[in-house]
Amino acid sequence: MSLAKPAMRGLLAKRLRFHLPIAFGLSLVAAAAFKFAVTEPRKQAYADFYKHYDSTKEFNAMREAGVFESVRPTGK
Amino acid sequence: MLATRVFRLVGNRALSTSICLRGGHGVAKVEDYTLPAYFDRRESPLPDIKFVEQLSPEQKSLKEKEKGTWAVLSKEEKIALYRISFKESFAEMNKGTGEWKSVVAGIFFFIGFTGLVVLWQRKYVYGDVPHTFDPEYKQKEVQRMLDMRINPVEGFSAKWDYENNAWKK
Repeated sequence: MSLAKPAMRGLLAKRLRFHLPIAFGLSLVAAAAFKFAVTEPRKQAYADFYKHYDSTKEFNAMREAGVFESVRPTGK
Repeated sequence: MLATRVFRLVGNRALSTSICLRGGHGVAKVEDYTLPAYFDRRESPLPDIKFVEQLSPEQKSLKEKEKGTWAVLSKEEKIALYRISFKESFAEMNKGTGEWKSVVAGIFFFIGFTGLVVLWQRKYVYGDVPHTFDPEYKQKEVQRMLDMRINPVEGFSAKWDYENNAWKK
């Protein structure tokens, strides 16, 4: 009963050969998932918000609500 | 006297380390911890001494039989020889203890006890919350945040419908 000699060298290299492509691929997947689930929708949301944004109207609405210190609400 | 009894116990190998004659004072008493010890450990499979030191007559005859060919030893005899040399097999020494159950039980118990302490504290230690937690005050806070257009793109104010003065459906 003679057993085969076990692998004595190259153990880390063997493990890296197997795991590095997987790690690389998973990282790419994670980055792609984040891009398409988070950043693209966010960019679209900002684009949509500012497409029909009237800053003067917003300013006046905020002024009437009384949140500014530099300008008071109109009237009185 | 004590030294020779010890000598018979441990065998020749330990003799040189255990008996020392020092300048006419006699023989130093041999302490237990100075002698080779038996231990069951996975990383050192062969301890310094056999487990059973005082062999019974059957064990002595078995040891004599061991000096011959091993093919004639029965299975029980082989196991008996193993148990003379070793206390626990690898399977026995490696098996889990189930201690983790006690540990988890203790964890849950103390978490529960901490919950009781927290409840008591809330009742007997802490005073009232500040007036800023009143519902009317909170309402005014929300209104001011909406007036300031906090996070109008994706966050707070984005969920408010300014035309209809209500939260968006």
